[in-house]
Amino acid sequence: MDAYLVAILTTAAVYVILALALNIQFGLTGLMNFGVVGFYGVGAYTSGIMTETLGQPILLGMLAAIVVGGLAGGLVSLLSIRLSGDFLAIVTLGFAETMRLAFNNEDWLTRGPRGFLIMTRPVIDGLGRGATAWFILGVFVLAAIIVFVVLNRLAGSPFGRVLRAIREDDLVPATLGKNVLAYRLQAFVLGSAAMALAGSLYAHYVQTITPDNFTTQVAVLVWMSLIVGGAGNMKGAVVGALVVTAIYEGTRFLAPLMEFLTPTQVSALRFIIIGTLLIVVVRYRPEGLLPERIAPRSRPDPVPAAG
Amino acid sequence: MKPVRIEVDGLTKKLGGVAVVNNVSFQVDAGQIMGLIGPNGAGKTTMFNLISGVLRPDAGKLRVNGRDVTGLPPYKLARHGIVRSFQLSRELDRMSVLDNVLLAAADHPGEHMANALFRPFAVRRAEAKLTEKAREMLALVALTPHEAKPAGTLSGGQKKLLELARALMAGADTILLDEIAAGVAPHLVEEIIEIVQKLNRDLGKTFLIIEHNVGFIRALTSRVVVMAAGELLAEGSFDHVSRNPAVIDSYLGQAA
Repeated sequence: MDAYLVAILTTAAVYVILALALNIQFGLTGLMNFGVVGFYGVGAYTSGIMTETLGQPILLGMLAAIVVGGLAGGLVSLLSIRLSGDFLAIVTLGFAETMRLAFNNEDWLTRGPRGFLIMTRPVIDGLGRGATAWFILGVFVLAAIIVFVVLNRLAGSPFGRVLRAIREDDLVPATLGKNVLAYRLQAFVLGSAAMALAGSLYAHYVQTITPDNFTTQVAVLVWMSLIVGGAGNMKGAVVGALVVTAIYEGTRFLAPLMEFLTPTQVSALRFIIIGTLLIVVVRYRPEGLLPERIAPRSRPDPVPAAG
Repeated sequence: MKPVRIEVDGLTKKLGGVAVVNNVSFQVDAGQIMGLIGPNGAGKTTMFNLISGVLRPDAGKLRVNGRDVTGLPPYKLARHGIVRSFQLSRELDRMSVLDNVLLAAADHPGEHMANALFRPFAVRRAEAKLTEKAREMLALVALTPHEAKPAGTLSGGQKKLLELARALMAGADTILLDEIAAGVAPHLVEEIIEIVQKLNRDLGKTFLIIEHNVGFIRALTSRVVVMAAGELLAEGSFDHVSRNPAVIDSYLGQAA
């Protein structure tokens, strides 16, 4: 049970990073990225190839994942040059599917459906089995915290204000002198790089990745996390990811309680429960569990005249 | 002679094969309040879209402060000092009034990703300074008591004033106002007239104004340009053009 809790939390940390990454793209900037899993997969395979095929240390693998993920994000966004809603959504969806097919078919690079074995792990030697799991959890939580701090600082800065303005009505910042395309590009690249980092962590955690790990299901969970938690609020993204992962992973425990259901039915039940949660939240709290704040943050008031 | 702020030189824009603006030329001098009037469908808003870079002209030249800026995107035109308001005001509903104005600040260091990440103190200092300036702009348009409200909760007239404050914050020397008095309560129209006059007189701002409210145009503008069916129909003082038979025929009709 203890080991299982650690495993759930480790997975949750990966989803927290994914939700934070989608938040800077969609929550803040309004960019519809339906291809979250594509960037996640690119990060996983890049990191794996770096450490296993090329024998590089794991930090270099993560770094490569971030760089390649960011480049992929830049490429995808330039393909749909205006980055306006529908076009970007379709292009990203196509990108994710193309990546999955590439993972499946470029056997020489990815070992295809047989799975890519990754021996390198983010641990120090000589720890016992239990301690290793805790150590990995610590590394993942640390990574999630770093991503949170970086993105949260950006979200609360004047840079983030421009992103929000673009989300609300891109013509307004444009006519006020902001280069909207450059901002969209930066937000998209940043988010894609963070998604690739999540993929890298995941790959070194599960140690065998197959193209089946990178289906739309991942993107759906990340989108649900963000909508439930509160798009536009970085803390909301964290809470959403924790809630959705808890339900998704926690429903495994339902299986022994519901012997009248087959395992397949139980696994479908998980999505039914999450789907119901999504409907309830969207109906009764459309801005999410932790809504975006509108009022200005505590700003310095004008200094009162002396005397 | 005053310098020319905006020079529209033979601008033409075709939409769906129809020339909605056809070979129109006029100029706006620095420090002038100029009106752009004409019946619905005359091409006034299209002209604004051309001058603010939202649309690219099919032919003709646009010069701002003597520099050719034809075909530049809106954000570059804004940096040349041209900022516009919109016919249906486009405030950012889910952002506070103050944030709406702060957004307009030109050259805010905190709008660069690297500064936002690595120089939080410098960014905070700049933000504090610009917040002071934004509050001055809000004071100019009498929106100070509303600064913390989401912009979506403002009244129609207040939203127009917010757009004006944003243009000022952006450092515009030329402000294009698209029907700023439309759908605004009469007492607020008076207030808008006073504010525009004050900005023109005290800060030397140049205005180009699209308006249907004849009283508003008469009270504010020194010159007007009349457009009809995409063409320039007449130009001169309002009293001058309002005696022009073609203008009476196509636009003013029995109103004049």
